[in-house]
Amino acid sequence: MSVKEHSGDYFIPEPSPWPIIGMASLLMTLFGGALAMNGVSIGSFLVIAGLLLFFVLLYGWFRDVIGENLSDCYNKQVDTSFRMGMFWFIASEVFFFLTFFGSLYYIRNIALPWLGGEGYLGVTNEILYNGFEAVWPSHGPGELGGDFQPMGAWGIPALNTLILLTSGATITWAHWGLKIDNQKQLVWGLIATIALGLLFVGFQAYEYGHAYSDLNLTLETGAYGSTFYMLTGFHGFHVTMGAVMLMAILGRSMKSHFSAHNHFAFEAVAWYWHFVDVVWLGLFVFVYWL
Amino acid sequence: MSTTTLSHDEAHHHDAPKGWKRWLFSTNHKDIGTLYLLFALTMLFLGGASAMLIRMELFMPGIQMLDPDLYNNLVTNHALIMIFGAVMPAAAGLANWMIPMMIGAPDMALPRMNNLSFWVLPAAATMLILSFVVPFFPGGGTQINTGWTLYPPLSVQVGMSMDFLIFAVHLLGISSVLASINIIVTLLNMRAPGMSLFKMPMFCWTWLVTAFLLILVVPVLAGGVTMLLFDRHFGTSFFDAAGGGDPVLFQHLFWFFGHPEVYILLLPSIGVLSHVIPAFARKPLFGYKSMVGAMLAVATIGMVVWAHHQYTIGMSLGAVTYFMIGTILISIPVGLMIFNFIATMWRGAMTFETPMLFAVGIVLMFTFGGLSGVMLAVVPADMQYHDSMFVVAHFHYVLMPGAVFGLFAGVFYWLPKWTGHMYDEKLGKLFFWINVISFNITFFPQHFLGLAGMPRRIVDYNMIFTEFNVVSSIGAMVFGLSHLLFLYIIIKTIRGGKKAEKRAWEGAKGLEWELDSPPAFHTWTVAPQIK
Amino acid sequence: MQNQNKQTNRSLLGKDRVLAAALLLATGSVSAEYGLNFPEPAANVAQEIFDIHMMTMGIATFLLCIVFAIVFYSLYFHRKSRGYEADQEFHNSWFGNWSWVIVPVMVLGVDLTIAGKADAVLKKVWDVPKEENIMDVKVTGHQWWWEFDYLDHDIKVESRYVPEEESGDLYLREVDNRLVLPTGVKIRFLHTSADVLHAFWVPELAVKKDAIPGYVTETWAELNREGVFRGQCAELCGTWHSRMPIVVESVSQEKFAAWVDDQKAVKIAAAAEASADKTWSMDELMAKGKPLYETKCGACHQATGMGLPPAFPALKGSALTIGPIADHLNIVLNGKEGTAMQPWNSLNDLEIAAIVTYERNAWDNNTGDVVQPADVKQAR
Ligand code: HEA
Ligand code: HEA
Ligand code: HEC
Ligand code: CUA
Ligand SMILES: [Cu+2]
Repeated sequence: MSVKEHSGDYFIPEPSPWPIIGMASLLMTLFGGALAMNGVSIGSFLVIAGLLLFFVLLYGWFRDVIGENLSDCYNKQVDTSFRMGMFWFIASEVFFFLTFFGSLYYIRNIALPWLGGEGYLGVTNEILYNGFEAVWPSHGPGELGGDFQPMGAWGIPALNTLILLTSGATITWAHWGLKIDNQKQLVWGLIATIALGLLFVGFQAYEYGHAYSDLNLTLETGAYGSTFYMLTGFHGFHVTMGAVMLMAILGRSMKSHFSAHNHFAFEAVAWYWHFVDVVWLGLFVFVYWL
Repeated sequence: MSTTTLSHDEAHHHDAPKGWKRWLFSTNHKDIGTLYLLFALTMLFLGGASAMLIRMELFMPGIQMLDPDLYNNLVTNHALIMIFGAVMPAAAGLANWMIPMMIGAPDMALPRMNNLSFWVLPAAATMLILSFVVPFFPGGGTQINTGWTLYPPLSVQVGMSMDFLIFAVHLLGISSVLASINIIVTLLNMRAPGMSLFKMPMFCWTWLVTAFLLILVVPVLAGGVTMLLFDRHFGTSFFDAAGGGDPVLFQHLFWFFGHPEVYILLLPSIGVLSHVIPAFARKPLFGYKSMVGAMLAVATIGMVVWAHHQYTIGMSLGAVTYFMIGTILISIPVGLMIFNFIATMWRGAMTFETPMLFAVGIVLMFTFGGLSGVMLAVVPADMQYHDSMFVVAHFHYVLMPGAVFGLFAGVFYWLPKWTGHMYDEKLGKLFFWINVISFNITFFPQHFLGLAGMPRRIVDYNMIFTEFNVVSSIGAMVFGLSHLLFLYIIIKTIRGGKKAEKRAWEGAKGLEWELDSPPAFHTWTVAPQIK
Repeated sequence: MQNQNKQTNRSLLGKDRVLAAALLLATGSVSAEYGLNFPEPAANVAQEIFDIHMMTMGIATFLLCIVFAIVFYSLYFHRKSRGYEADQEFHNSWFGNWSWVIVPVMVLGVDLTIAGKADAVLKKVWDVPKEENIMDVKVTGHQWWWEFDYLDHDIKVESRYVPEEESGDLYLREVDNRLVLPTGVKIRFLHTSADVLHAFWVPELAVKKDAIPGYVTETWAELNREGVFRGQCAELCGTWHSRMPIVVESVSQEKFAAWVDDQKAVKIAAAAEASADKTWSMDELMAKGKPLYETKCGACHQATGMGLPPAFPALKGSALTIGPIADHLNIVLNGKEGTAMQPWNSLNDLEIAAIVTYERNAWDNNTGDVVQPADVKQAR
């Protein structure tokens, strides 16, 4: 290999306090969380303090990034780094969700039939649970959580599907606006997306309330309740985070931070939003419908 | 490449920031690399100290000094600290130091995030250590007696320390995923002009694959332990048959992560060897492309053979046959790697400085461990080996040579570059010989213990197992103490020694050797052009 | 097994063992005598498994020797200090260009040999033969003892480790009640667990299977010689994982039949005693309760009643053992979910009455309460 000088530059940020603050906030939150879950009262206090610190960190970190961006520190290569970074972050999130989808598949199509007497470990049924029939949705041979009704697909969930799909369209519309420097279209597109997102979360919350009070469908409702709440809960959490990110982007859009060519932050959030959207489709099909 | 000049003058200063801020707030890949390495070294000693306690307990039949829960608490912590605290951070430290220098980049692609991925580690270590000590406080609940595999329902019985451990795993996962994203982006986006993927140094390739693996499997572990947390505290029944769940589901999730994890531990060391062996054989790496291909094959097959850790859970004939054949097939790419190393040595002009000694040691002993791995992969025979000391022998033979010795080789190889001083070669060789001999004394006898019927993770055993345990424990003490020599060599080198040249080793190739030893605080601010 | 008994008085580090270890390494040959390898198989599946173990070990040893030989040859001859010049074009030779095909094909050949043989063995040993008259034994792992239910004979054996004072050299390899099995009969083991994972492992039978709470897994074996075979629980199951030995006593079919009759007689007598509508005196219950407590509860709560806090609470002076009887009965009968305290409702009324009475009056608990079987019946 021979080496020749080649001029180039890459933006290396100044030493920054945010990462270590990030560590402090994570440690505080999780340490507090572990205590709180075991009934040590100082725990919840630590969790709240840790989360507050976390938001301070996010604010500070992103403020720095935005500042650097606005003062033109970034070149094309930096922009590519950010894009790739976001892409691989979403990839890891995909695998996080696949864990829960995979678990749902395993429980529903492999483990439960065994308990019900089919498949390789079907002898289980004969020895331990004579008379138990495996039908999904199930709360297992122990009938944990008592009688319950499953969540139907064609009420609120279908409506929510529609809402999220629409929000995918509105954010794309906003993006089009950005690309033709139409500030108004951008802002209204974002506002519509956020509104739809919040509507979704609201419906979801209502649905949980309904499940708990009317259907007796709780976290304790055996495997069905577990998988149902785990999947929809983590998804709802992601929607909420996405909505918060959208709000930040909305703020920046109103301040005209983005140009038709330089708007990575917007795109990152849009990718995220689409990802959350796709996960929901999976949920709708596998958790509610089938 | 863009030629916009920066208006910020800070971006151009080449001196290191002074004082504590330099380390706490760093955005410099070399400093962060150093932090990673120091952290890993500390953890090596912590994990090693618990291993010493384990071996002291097993020195003789009877319960010597550790009550059974404390014993298994130590085993759990030993494994987690060694794997997540020592080996992975050490490999990440090497990556941080070397990757930008090797590909002609000024730094990692996302320097601030780089710092975050390091600093999450001490937080994780704090939680890990807390999980170990919490039970010693009043009201702290029971100890973690589950082993590093954390299988429910036993892990549901454990007290609050398990929650600390679960959160520690989350933190470790965050750190690994962030570091992997950074490494992937750096390798894909920051290579000097002209350096195509197939001109990239092998260490970079191994880390590229490792980082992909991490991004794919670490979230699965995080998801698995999250479900465990919910089963423990929020009444879900993922792992409880009464509610329609299955304890074995956790095992699938764990090993879906856990098996690729062993290649995550292995591959960076393979990368180091791919530099060390050519340097000291004074000829190019044999089979660069087949090495890359083999690595991709290992990663791919490695993702789909996880259940060979669970042959005894009651799988159908079809399932075990599939997992068995898949697992055995991994010997093809790994065999190819070993073959390439041997072929690189073949007809070389070899000299045996410490890194090369370790490299040769790895080739021989990793092969040994790999072959016992293939024995384990054979289902009917694993009905006997599983969860016996034979398995413990297998995985220390792959982990110590495959991962740890590889890292040692890397440290000795690059130490002159980092510190600007040559280490003491005599001491280095002495360290190698003590290390490698006592390693074999420690772990070789464990094969026989396993075959004779000694299960793993037992605090107390019948006297028929005494002899080999005595040998193993004595070996372990020597082995453990030999690491003090390692520490001494490093400290001595940092403090002084013969000045190292730019190209510290006669046969060393690659961009990192074009730089001063030690390199300037910022290197390659102007990218080299590779032809 | 005789060789195990024989080994016990051997000196530490017996020279013969070290020698045999070296031999094994050198030749891949094995001497079961020295406990360097699996013990001699005692069941038909075990023999097949033993053979494939020997085969893979042979192959592995052979490959290892090749690798060592090539590497050492190269280390010796291709040294700079011998003046050897590096062959910079080696990787561009014909061999260099094709080795990425040649090597994998060769390795694949070996792999397929191993996999093919293993597959053939697996087909024979893996699935339980579908036979009408197979003998069913349900094996339930408990923290930390084994329960063997002979489903076809309607008898049950509880098997616990024997403390060192009584078992001596066989400490951790001896139990109070053995798993007695006949030779020449196909036996199906149905493994399950009452609490956490355990694994049934007796090397001579070469079946290891996890006991998974809530699920049942199967293995089978046909013993082909008489003898006593010792194994251990092989899946980490908590504090006393090291104290779950398994002892199989393999006997002829006649002896087995006699043993079954004995067990049945004992069982009938015990049932008769328990169902007798009798009011028991404190002394009787205490006398019955002490041994029962010590075997069944002692592993956790200790014979002293002091427990092993924080894992296992003391029963001496505990709020439950000196508080209301109903609460005490409740935890014994129903256990406590998510802890090692399992429901003990498989004990009969008399046994529970005896244990509870004992607990309420031993170790200075002195409540003076006498709990009758009838009270237990009511509490169930
Ligand atoms: C760095 C870590 C590492 C590596 C590289 C490996 C590599 C391999 N491992 Fe290992 N393994 C572990 C770490 C590792 N393992 C750990 C930590 C555990 C225990 C975890 C726990 O339970 O706590 C474990 C357990 C484990 C088991 C489960 C045992 C049990 O619990 O019952 C099995 C079973 O199949 C197995 C198999 C293999 C195989 C086939 C390989 C292969 O990749 C090896 C391939 C290499 C070679 C084969 C040698 C070189 C090749 C040649 C010279 C060519 C010629 C060879 C042939 C023709 C065969 N391993
Ligand atoms: C990278 C991973 C890694 C590494 C490097 C090691 C290193 C060592 N391990 Fe580790 N081990 C595991 C991973 C690792 N292990 C895993 C995954 C398990 C399974 C856990 C489970 O079952 O859940 C395990 C289990 C395990 C067991 C089995 C326990 C059991 O099942 O009952 C034993 C027993 O011998 C053991 C011993 C050792 C020893 C002697 C070392 C030596 O190499 C250590 C060498 C020492 C040092 C590097 C530090 C030097 C320290 C000092 C000089 C301080 C001196 C202090 C004193 C003398 C007190 N290990
Ligand atoms: C495998 C271990 C184990 C065995 C065997 C065991 N126990 Fe327990 N026991 C426990 C644990 C753990 C608890 C604590 C449960 C909790 O967290 O409240 C407990 C709690 C109790 C308590 C309540 C004590 C208190 O103060 O809360 C009583 C009474 C008791 N056990 C009786 C028995 C009896 C009687 C037997 C035998 C027939 C028995 N136990 C066998 C583990 C065991
Ligand atoms: Cu039961 Cu280990
Ligand atoms: Cu594996």
